[in-house]
Amino acid sequence: MSHNKETLREIVIETAGVNPRKCMKCGKCSATCPAYDEMEYHPHQFVSMVEAGKIEELMNSKSIWMCLSCFACVERCPRGVEPASFIEAARLALIRQQGKNHLKAEDVPAKLNDKLPGQAIVSAFRKYSK
Amino acid sequence: MTFSYYPGCTLKAKGKDLETYAVKSAEVLGVTMEELEDWQCCGAVYPMAKNEIATKLSSVRALVAARDKGQDLLTLCSACHHVIKRVNNDMANDQNVQLKANNYMALDVPYTGETTVIHYLEMLRDRVGFDNLKKAVVNPLKDMKIAAYYGCLLLRPSKAMSFDDPENPTIMEDFIKAIGATPVVYPYRNECCGGYVAMENNEYATQKCNTICTSATEMGADAIITACPLCMYNLDANTTENNLPVYYFTQLLARALGVEEDAQ
Amino acid sequence: MQRIGVFVCWCGSNIAGTVDVHKVAEALKSEPGVVIATQYQYMCSEAGQTLIKDAIRDHKLTGIVVCSCSPRMHEATFRKTAAAAGLNPYMVEIANIREQCSWIHKDMEVGTEKAIILGRAAIAKVHLNAPLVAGESPVVKRALVIGGGIAGIQTALDIADAGFPVDIVETKPTIGGKMAQIDKTFPTLDCAACILTPKMVDAAQHDKINIYAYSEVAEVKGFVGNFSVKIKQKARMVDPVKCTGCGLCVEKCPMKKVPNEFNLGMDKRSAIYIPFAQAVPKVATIDPTACLKMKTGKCGLCATVCEAGAIDYTQQDSFIEEKYGAIVVATGYNPINLDQFDEFAYNQSPDVVTSLEFERLTNAAGPTAGTLLRPSDGKHPHTLVFVQCVGSRCDGAEKGKSYCSKICCMYTAKHAMLCREKYPDTEVYVFYIDVRTPGKNFDEFYRRAVEEYGVKYIKGMVGKVAPQADGSLLVQASDLIEGEQLKIKADMVVLAAAIEPDQSARPLATMLTASMDTNDFFTEAHPKLRPVESPTAGVFLSGCCQGPKDIPETVSQASGAAAKVIGLLVKDSLTCNPCVAHSDELMCNGCSACEKVCPYGAITYQDKEFRMPDRTTAIRRVASVNPAVCQGCGACTVACPSGAMDLNGFSNSQIMAEVDAICK
Repeated sequence: MSHNKETLREIVIETAGVNPRKCMKCGKCSATCPAYDEMEYHPHQFVSMVEAGKIEELMNSKSIWMCLSCFACVERCPRGVEPASFIEAARLALIRQQGKNHLKAEDVPAKLNDKLPGQAIVSAFRKYSK
Repeated sequence: MTFSYYPGCTLKAKGKDLETYAVKSAEVLGVTMEELEDWQCCGAVYPMAKNEIATKLSSVRALVAARDKGQDLLTLCSACHHVIKRVNNDMANDQNVQLKANNYMALDVPYTGETTVIHYLEMLRDRVGFDNLKKAVVNPLKDMKIAAYYGCLLLRPSKAMSFDDPENPTIMEDFIKAIGATPVVYPYRNECCGGYVAMENNEYATQKCNTICTSATEMGADAIITACPLCMYNLDANTTENNLPVYYFTQLLARALGVEEDAQ
Repeated sequence: MQRIGVFVCWCGSNIAGTVDVHKVAEALKSEPGVVIATQYQYMCSEAGQTLIKDAIRDHKLTGIVVCSCSPRMHEATFRKTAAAAGLNPYMVEIANIREQCSWIHKDMEVGTEKAIILGRAAIAKVHLNAPLVAGESPVVKRALVIGGGIAGIQTALDIADAGFPVDIVETKPTIGGKMAQIDKTFPTLDCAACILTPKMVDAAQHDKINIYAYSEVAEVKGFVGNFSVKIKQKARMVDPVKCTGCGLCVEKCPMKKVPNEFNLGMDKRSAIYIPFAQAVPKVATIDPTACLKMKTGKCGLCATVCEAGAIDYTQQDSFIEEKYGAIVVATGYNPINLDQFDEFAYNQSPDVVTSLEFERLTNAAGPTAGTLLRPSDGKHPHTLVFVQCVGSRCDGAEKGKSYCSKICCMYTAKHAMLCREKYPDTEVYVFYIDVRTPGKNFDEFYRRAVEEYGVKYIKGMVGKVAPQADGSLLVQASDLIEGEQLKIKADMVVLAAAIEPDQSARPLATMLTASMDTNDFFTEAHPKLRPVESPTAGVFLSGCCQGPKDIPETVSQASGAAAKVIGLLVKDSLTCNPCVAHSDELMCNGCSACEKVCPYGAITYQDKEFRMPDRTTAIRRVASVNPAVCQGCGACTVACPSGAMDLNGFSNSQIMAEVDAICK
């Protein structure tokens, strides 16, 4: 693993605060994920890809925008691995870079409608932007 | 019974019904909700990253304010409850967060998670008691068959939320019984509605909400209740099949207590 | 002054790899009293032992120190060596420079320094050692087996066949255990009842076996060779001698709505019941929580119809006290409670069952008379999903068990195979993380399920089971090989729930002073070399109380435990451990602190006459240790406030000398 790749891997693991090696590859997280069909990399792959240092692939994957943070994978994982924490960490690794926000303030007005609660805007902004 | 109350931003705008009915009902039940002064938006999603501190500070401020008043902190919106409760856990258990937050805020008395965060439903169950609620009901909703929609944020992760059994919860069903209606149990009551992803992908939320509403309908429900404005939005605006009327649980509470009209 | 020999073992590279054994021997040579210090590759080998023996004779040694592995491993070996050369075996000290030194250090310099210090401490202790002579205690030639499942039955039969009397204590009204509930056994598919019930009958009819069914161990005192056990016989409200097991009472009992434990609550039994047709003893039992007569005083129908006059509503629990030379624990297992895993909807749908419930649903004596029917509507299921590892192999911190339950892969293959064989119209899926089939003809069995019977094995886990309005169960799962999330509409879901030790095991372990691991499985004396013995002398382990096991393995262990028991019971007496406590009567103030902490009841008090300095005499209460009962744990020596209690071989002065040597 190159130096940069290794550093990135360490940052993601530290940000997630969980140990990918605890995974026993049962796939229960991906069995339970409501966003499975929208993702190219699935929750169990996030864990194994972080362990393997394939962080850039995850950062460039649309999966990081599709995770609903519903915590179903966190709740049901038999090993306490928290795949959602790795997805969050990969997303942060991207949006913490300058100019890499997924949702920009100027894009928000176009997305508003009569019923959309403020909560949705704040959540999306927190998840997609820094 | 008096609580410090954290409303959250949505409850002052699109989700104000959730609050109005809650406050009115609380009065009937002898509960006073003292809104915190100068509260700030909790951020709506819990910052999961271990190295996020600043995004947790608004929750800490609310928690400190409640502590300084010597009151438990009552929440109503599922998202606010989730965020504040988990930040409180961090302040109690995560030394890194505790140290840095206290260091930044330079409080007179450092905060280490002393405040009890309690959701309105928990307050009904654990403080008022569903039996007492039942006694206070003047207008039991006898003909309603109601499906409780829990969503994600109240239940999960159960280790942090300790709200109810995360896979087979009963608190909202017990609430429905207490207000005289019939609860309808269906398997998707704890599956996600599509959440904030609806912002950029409506179809996605539609898919999730159609599954939820179809399942509830098939099980015989004629209405759905929720405690979350975003769930309300998705279930209401993004459902295309088997639409059911969606209510904030507080509206039906107010109806059962005979104060629905007063709240308007 | 002692003449001490020091013998440093290399243990191949186990010690010599991180400890400079030459340097250790050289350094210890200059310790006071040491007349010879040497090293050898394998001190426990015959050549090594000869080296020690020769040195004892040649140098007229009065004490030796062996720097080697843990005393648990070879203390007995080197004591024998010393005795063979005419040295009192208690003049041998072991310095553990393997487990406590070489294995935990990487740095040669550090390891060597520590080994020298440990050797020095042992030398300091030997200086204060005194020859000890072991006494003898008689062996009661009777064994107690706690638990009457297949493990307990097999152990009892083997001990009894060797001619020793055995008592089986079983908490349920009948012996038979879990195996009696099982339909077929893997990998041969013989009927469990057909191979178990003859053994149950053998046990009942054996003139050396006595079965205390519906009974529990209430108290255990004593020690190896001489345990004294109090057994509680729970009141059955039926005289077991008079009862003929005719079953008329069961038939006539008007209270028939009690959940039937034997069928795991899937059907009902009456308040007076016989668990199953082949029960041993075949005696009725009244369930006092359900019996109308017991609860309201009205009814009494069973007493009216019983021709033998066996019904006695006034029966009370009774106690028996018996002496035993050996105790075998065979308390077995249970499936875990699945409340914390309700993503599988076990509490939400009757059609989600555990594997043990599935056994009953396919058993001819079960609630459906052996026809597989869905519990919810009694219809024939067409699609079945089996989920493995439910609660096994978990993180363990919050929920579930950290271990593999070991038996699930095989019984699931059995269930899936039998399903397809008996009902070829069914579709059967098995979701697995790994298929673990180490065992004779085991993997072949699993492959048959896949290849001959077309069971669909899918690598992946089930994430959620959603009970649908039409009565089906929507199973959402991962197929990790195909990279898909599956949604299967099933009629039944079968959960391979993790197994855990029976709840009676923990209090029993306390009574027996037998150790347990964090999962409440009994610990064996040595995981490889003494797998059927508990570290507590005279207590043996049989079956799942020691760890998850299938039937063949349980039976092997049961016979192994029996062999160990027989080996003990054939002896007329046992050599006692001379390292026991004794009290200095002049210092003892009779405070009872030692008596309170003694786990073996070895300490009593006596009033003794003492001559006082002024030539008068006075009666004082002083502690007295029964050396045959004392196990040398040392708790009393720590508890004694006046320093009167001391332990032979581990005296306070010896321990302090060791500490001083280490701190020097």
